[in-house]
Amino acid sequence: MAENTKWVVSGAPHVHGSDSVTKIMWGVVVALIPTFLVSVYFFGLDALVLTLVTVASCLLFEFLINKFFFKKPCCLGDGSAMITGLLLAFNLPANLPLWMAVVGSLVAIGVAKWAYGGLGSNPFNPALVGRVFLLISFPVAMTTWPLPKALFGGSAVTDAITGPTPLAIAKEALKTGQTPEQILDSLPAYSDMLFGNMAGSMGEISAIAILLGGIFMLCRRIITWHIPVAFIGSAFLFSGILWIAAPEQFMDPVFHLLTGGIMLGAVFMATDMVTSPMTKKGKLIFGIGCGVLTILIRTFGAYPEGVSFAILIMNAFVPLINRGTTPKRFATSK
Amino acid sequence: MKTFNIGGVHPKDNKLNADAPIRELPLPKQACVMASQHLGAPSQPIVKKGDKVKVGTVLTSNEAFLGAVVHSPVSGTVSKIAEIADASLYPKPAIFIDVEGDEWEESIDRSPEIKREISLSGPEIIQRVKEMGIVGMGGACFPTHVKLMPPKDAKAEFLLLNGVECEPYLTCDYRLMLDHAEEILIGASALMKALDVKQAIVGIEANKPKAIEHMSAMAKNFPGISVQALKMKYPQGAEKQLIKALTGRAVPSGKLPINVGCVVDNVATCYAVYQAVQKNMPLVQRIVTVTGPGIPQPANFLARIGTPVSAFLEAVGGIPANTGKVISGGPMMGKALADAETCSVKGMSGILVLPEDQSHRKQVYPCIRCGKCVDACPMGLEPYLIASTTLAKAFELTEKARVMDCIECGCCHYTCPSNRPLLDAIKLGKSTVGKIIRARNAKK
Amino acid sequence: MNETIIYSIVLLAALGLVLALILYLVAQKFKVEEDPRIDLVAEALPGANCGACGKAGCRDMAVQIVKDPAYTGCPVCNEENIARIAEILGRIPEKKEPSIAVVRCQGGKVNSPSRVGFEGLSSCSYASSVFPGEGGCPFGCLGLGDCVQACTFGALHINPETGLPEVDPEKCTACGACAKACPRGVIEIRKKREKTGRVFIGCVNQQKGPSAMKVCKVSCIGCGKCVQACPKKAITVANNLAYIDDTLCVACQLCVKVCPRNAIAVLPVEKLRPAAPKPAAPAPAEEPARQESGAQA
Repeated sequence: MAENTKWVVSGAPHVHGSDSVTKIMWGVVVALIPTFLVSVYFFGLDALVLTLVTVASCLLFEFLINKFFFKKPCCLGDGSAMITGLLLAFNLPANLPLWMAVVGSLVAIGVAKWAYGGLGSNPFNPALVGRVFLLISFPVAMTTWPLPKALFGGSAVTDAITGPTPLAIAKEALKTGQTPEQILDSLPAYSDMLFGNMAGSMGEISAIAILLGGIFMLCRRIITWHIPVAFIGSAFLFSGILWIAAPEQFMDPVFHLLTGGIMLGAVFMATDMVTSPMTKKGKLIFGIGCGVLTILIRTFGAYPEGVSFAILIMNAFVPLINRGTTPKRFATSK
Repeated sequence: MKTFNIGGVHPKDNKLNADAPIRELPLPKQACVMASQHLGAPSQPIVKKGDKVKVGTVLTSNEAFLGAVVHSPVSGTVSKIAEIADASLYPKPAIFIDVEGDEWEESIDRSPEIKREISLSGPEIIQRVKEMGIVGMGGACFPTHVKLMPPKDAKAEFLLLNGVECEPYLTCDYRLMLDHAEEILIGASALMKALDVKQAIVGIEANKPKAIEHMSAMAKNFPGISVQALKMKYPQGAEKQLIKALTGRAVPSGKLPINVGCVVDNVATCYAVYQAVQKNMPLVQRIVTVTGPGIPQPANFLARIGTPVSAFLEAVGGIPANTGKVISGGPMMGKALADAETCSVKGMSGILVLPEDQSHRKQVYPCIRCGKCVDACPMGLEPYLIASTTLAKAFELTEKARVMDCIECGCCHYTCPSNRPLLDAIKLGKSTVGKIIRARNAKK
Repeated sequence: MNETIIYSIVLLAALGLVLALILYLVAQKFKVEEDPRIDLVAEALPGANCGACGKAGCRDMAVQIVKDPAYTGCPVCNEENIARIAEILGRIPEKKEPSIAVVRCQGGKVNSPSRVGFEGLSSCSYASSVFPGEGGCPFGCLGLGDCVQACTFGALHINPETGLPEVDPEKCTACGACAKACPRGVIEIRKKREKTGRVFIGCVNQQKGPSAMKVCKVSCIGCGKCVQACPKKAITVANNLAYIDDTLCVACQLCVKVCPRNAIAVLPVEKLRPAAPKPAAPAPAEEPARQESGAQA
């Protein structure tokens, strides 16, 4: 008998599911591919270079902080820094000066992630913290959006190289008293917006590509439907109510969904496991909060876009939501 | 198709030896019978070194209400009474018997005919079940006669037969249902008579269509017994989950199945009850699944209690060279063994041999708060919270997080993408909080 | 312009004066009378807030000491602390023999080689519910460091070579937190005996001889040879295990020489006298006794 081999003793269970952190993280990376391709298609080489720079600098900062501050073995393999890099790039205009992108990466990885203790301990979404830091520090560079190259026929794009996003156009125009109909005439058609043919951050332009990634993540059980549906649904409903109440003052709900970062935010940013609630009920509350806050900021706030702020504000509420929403217990009516 | 309502996971079922019919394992040279093989007050050996015993001779005594006696599974001479490690890996008293021939007590009916008429009365059945040392054979080893004597304020309405076998790899109950369906149902009828209930439901998971078909066909001859197919989901075989799946009733926290009018028994226990009631045969043998990815011919053995694990493994061709872990029971709730000297007991349903590469825990990552453990918990608890409060030694919070409701099924541990040892921590929290509660109650 | 400045200065000064007056009056009115010695005693205590005394912290302990003259209490205080407190309170310093935690297991990786490999939560309390130990001893040290975690003074560490905890005599305050944390009761608080060395049975295994021998090279089998060798009748055997009564032991080390299992330990190691070549011979066994009396004189 093979008595010399040492048997392993451990507590049950002795089998483990096939899920792993690495698998989840790389799943997200795969889900981001369609969005990435769309942005490269519309913004060309700039998008590619910017993505490479943020990913590389995120990985580098992760490595350096691990090695010199925490003196722990390197953990680049889990893919989390890579996702932060990708998502940060997707939240930036493609023509952003590269050094700014590096600064954003440092804030995302150093301040938002490792200052709190690294993977799993950060209360705020690192990529969003990086983006908001850049937005506040370099408002001009962060709101100078490149216009997509007119590759599709029938685009409303002019000769200008840069221009405001539809959201910014709408905000300004509503202030000067134009009606939503007039504004929409000067903007790309909804069908163009769906595919991403408009000005905006790299990753937020194409709703179709983002939804593709979202469906992939749903199928792989990386995310659940609760946050995206609650986010998008509540944003749609809230902006719809405003629109029905005063159609001459507010943009219609479809416009809100297709422009800006709601899609990217709802599918990729708000669903970040670390910074979203644990229970299904909590996820619904979190999503609704994000949706309502986004529309509030967009319509009544100073900024034309509010997705980043909405998600970060709701991130701060996550511990409270977790405490308040216990799962359905066995054998209780609740 | 029915199932329980919250949580659960879907491990690969790996029923490698589902088609292998039951084989009789040769008698071991020496049997070592653990003196206590049930949950409750320990039994005391009543035989001495040198005593001659037959199959069925009573070896221990137990006067306690929560007690079950042990019968000799072999005939021969008691060689010593000494301590040996059981599946808990701690040394416990055992009776070693040198096997000589195979002589049974005369009172035992060993004829192969099926005896259908139940002549004993209800109380007689309960008495017989107690005398024959029948315990729950799903693994918990709770004395069966105790379940048949509900407290005065509770009345059983349903007898539920557990043929779920939701643990991956194990097929002993499945084979039993195929080969001895009628006996199981007669045993169930005896239990119904003892409990005075009119309705019994057999729960079988959908991955065993043959068993569902066969048992359904057989059950037609038994009034009041029906078969219910259940959607595959672990841990359906857990008592509370099975009751929920079959009757829709939920056992409240801290209560017993009888509080919602249910008594749950494993199909193997029903078979043992049949043998005890109809054939006067004590619980001296059971079906044991011997399986594993590295075992060339996984099998189901009819083996005497007290057979060493090494004898089982020899019968399937020895221990594979790359063995990394040997488990008594299934992979989700079974216990890892330290050596092959351990002997089979009444509750040992299987021996699972895992190769080296499947034996180790995976690298642990930080908790990424994905909430998968919360979704998987069939009791609706927050495993991450119980584990973290335990590790922080904040046991009042652990108690508040309802750690005592945990059924230790391992779903949270199984599903955790960070491979965190959740169940380890929860078990530690449960035992510590249990001690705190007992100390508090003692003070009152 | 100048007026504005002067007005502001005067106004702010007046405001400051009035508020200060109010603060002073309120402070006088709600003043809590407290024995000033409490703070002094609290300062003289070790200040680790270890909780070994059962109080909420060192200051709570100080309150108790000042209030109750008969209260003897801080288990962690050394002679210096005790002397200072006695000075503050004008009491006679109590005599206290220094104690230390001892680990009563010498098994570990070396003497009780592992037969299985444990994987899972690194906690002795948990591991002890799963299995007896990698070496198979159901009583001995599991080496996963619950005691190390429990020690607020950093006095314990696991020796990577033996897999057993070691006590740093400089840092250990004998607070007993480790002994409480150990699920197996392997750690005991005993007299420090810096001069003679502390002699104790380095084993807590209560199995019968053959089983105890099987799991560990240096296990106590309860043979009782030490009982006979002890001139002070300090050793008793119960449950197959010898125990040296700390109050009777004179650290003569006679028992160490006769133990056939090398289960009796002497710490610090340099106090261990070299073993006689043949422990069975009675003559050399008596010699250390004389040495012992010599050392005491």
